[in-house]
Amino acid sequence: MTKAERAMRWFVTLPPAAFLLVFFLAPALIVVVASFREPGEFGGLAPFTQPTVEAYAFLLGDLVYAEIFARSFFVATLTTLICLALAYPLAWLIAQSPKKRRDLLVLLVILPFASNFLVRIYAWIILLGPLNLLYTPIAVVLGMVYVHLPFMILPLYANLEKHDAALLEAAQDLGASAWTRFWRVTFPLSLPGIFSGSALVFIPVLGMFAVPELLGGTGDILIGNLIKEQFLDNRDWPLGSALSILLTVLVLALAGVAAWAARRGIKGAEALT
Amino acid sequence: MALLELRNITRRFGALEAVKDVSLAIEAGEFFTLLGPSGCGKTTILRMIAGFDAPDAGDILLDGASLSGVPPEKRPLHTVFQSYALFPHMTVAGNLAFPLEMAGVGRAEIARRVGEMLALVHLEDKADRYPHELSGGQKQRVALARGLINRPRLLLLDEPLGALDAKLRLEMQGDLIRLQREVGITFVFVTHAQQEALALSHRIAVMRAGRIEQCATPDVLYTQPANRFVADFIGRINLIEAEVIALTPEGARLRSATLGELLVAPPPACALGDRGAFALRPERVCIAAPGESVELDQRYAGRIRSALYVGETTLYQIALESGQIIEALEANTSPGRARRYEAGDPVIIGWAKEAGVFLHDES
Repeated sequence: MTKAERAMRWFVTLPPAAFLLVFFLAPALIVVVASFREPGEFGGLAPFTQPTVEAYAFLLGDLVYAEIFARSFFVATLTTLICLALAYPLAWLIAQSPKKRRDLLVLLVILPFASNFLVRIYAWIILLGPLNLLYTPIAVVLGMVYVHLPFMILPLYANLEKHDAALLEAAQDLGASAWTRFWRVTFPLSLPGIFSGSALVFIPVLGMFAVPELLGGTGDILIGNLIKEQFLDNRDWPLGSALSILLTVLVLALAGVAAWAARRGIKGAEALT
Repeated sequence: MALLELRNITRRFGALEAVKDVSLAIEAGEFFTLLGPSGCGKTTILRMIAGFDAPDAGDILLDGASLSGVPPEKRPLHTVFQSYALFPHMTVAGNLAFPLEMAGVGRAEIARRVGEMLALVHLEDKADRYPHELSGGQKQRVALARGLINRPRLLLLDEPLGALDAKLRLEMQGDLIRLQREVGITFVFVTHAQQEALALSHRIAVMRAGRIEQCATPDVLYTQPANRFVADFIGRINLIEAEVIALTPEGARLRSATLGELLVAPPPACALGDRGAFALRPERVCIAAPGESVELDQRYAGRIRSALYVGETTLYQIALESGQIIEALEANTSPGRARRYEAGDPVIIGWAKEAGVFLHDES
């Protein structure tokens, strides 16, 4: 690498690095610090005396929080699985359609983003009301699936679109039935798409508070609502921060396990991506 | 009975007739090649045999039974694809095991046969590698092994050497011949490379625009081409317009505007007055310095126009006094022979009456 190239590299990477440092890493550190402090009398934080683990102790001491975490992970898992089941055939169909039509179909998938998120959720309230589903767990999952479906379709489509049709022909030529061809060739090669789509659905669902708040009942509160409540209603910043940290740690741990499993399971598929 | 028989196969794509009324019989154990320029219909024929495409008319029979309506996965034949189509998420051993698993072969038997096949293609140490970790030649050998492992009645090969560089190609040609003779499986090979076809095949069908122009052994194709297209497509050849002016039991007398009267022996299948081409391979033309005595049936004076030295041979273009250009190939069998003549040198060229053939134009 020449001197000029090195300078260029710094020139290009410095602005985004600085941005992330100031607006992502610094707030995250503030949250970490806040979680070890005491709440102020009227919100915010009390004047600093010494670090405390009170917020964490409070979280772990009450089973209600564990229950909400468990429910949130359940809803996120369910949403991810439903999205996967709906998105896979759709992504496959788009990937199979003639090249000219694919762009149009992809456009249709992302078209809902053109209208405001809250407007779309309110539309669901109108839809679910007459069906007597409003303010139920089913409504929450329906809303979650609706909001996140495109995030599953797009990475799956991006993956399936790259598949070499000759591989399926080869499998058929060597004696594989349609069912076997799917499970032995298409599915394993689409695992990278499944993993990235699942991550893009699972993680946002865990933090989402608008959908359960608008479509769910009082018993359908999820972690996202809980965190929002601490900051906006209860004014307990340390507890809200501790909840955020706990959630982040759990998600990172899960992502680590998934990445490890993916590396083991789809070694050859890296040639594809 | 032939192992594979194509009966009056026709295949149309819209207005285009890609395959026109083709009939072929391929015998068990044969290395059969479909040779032709791209777009001649050879790959379409291969895909119809494999079952990925169906003829609009005609029938394909394997062991005398029609394959019509039999899906590719049920046909006892395998294909080696031009792109190899190795499964990227499976190891070499996994790729080889795949057809056996599909056939319901037991685990122990699969392990044994995969090992055997790996040894046959000299890839014993690559069993646990993934395709993207292999070189082009190794991938090629895995694709071949995967096609052979379940002992198909027929192995179809679609330009399998197309992606390899020249030196590797030559090496793989040797491997292909060895493998085919060793396993005794019938090969149907598709290529546009005439040298490859000549080197590998027992028989070759030369195709043009959906039709078979000639189906014969490499030797016959080369020395007795059926028409101008075959003569020109296979190897280098001089083609000179000529007309039959006399026919005797010893040979035919031709007249050409540029070569005058020519003798061709033995007499070709033609009639008096037929028009066509006198076809002469460059290596059958002798070159001599003026004054050197040459005992040849045809002799012409000319000048060297260009000399193309490629190592083992030199290809000369000689301009005759009539303006006709004749190509002549000399083997550089001793150091002194290479570049014996330079451009502009006056020479005498000639050939024996058995050296050329007459190809009459189809009426």
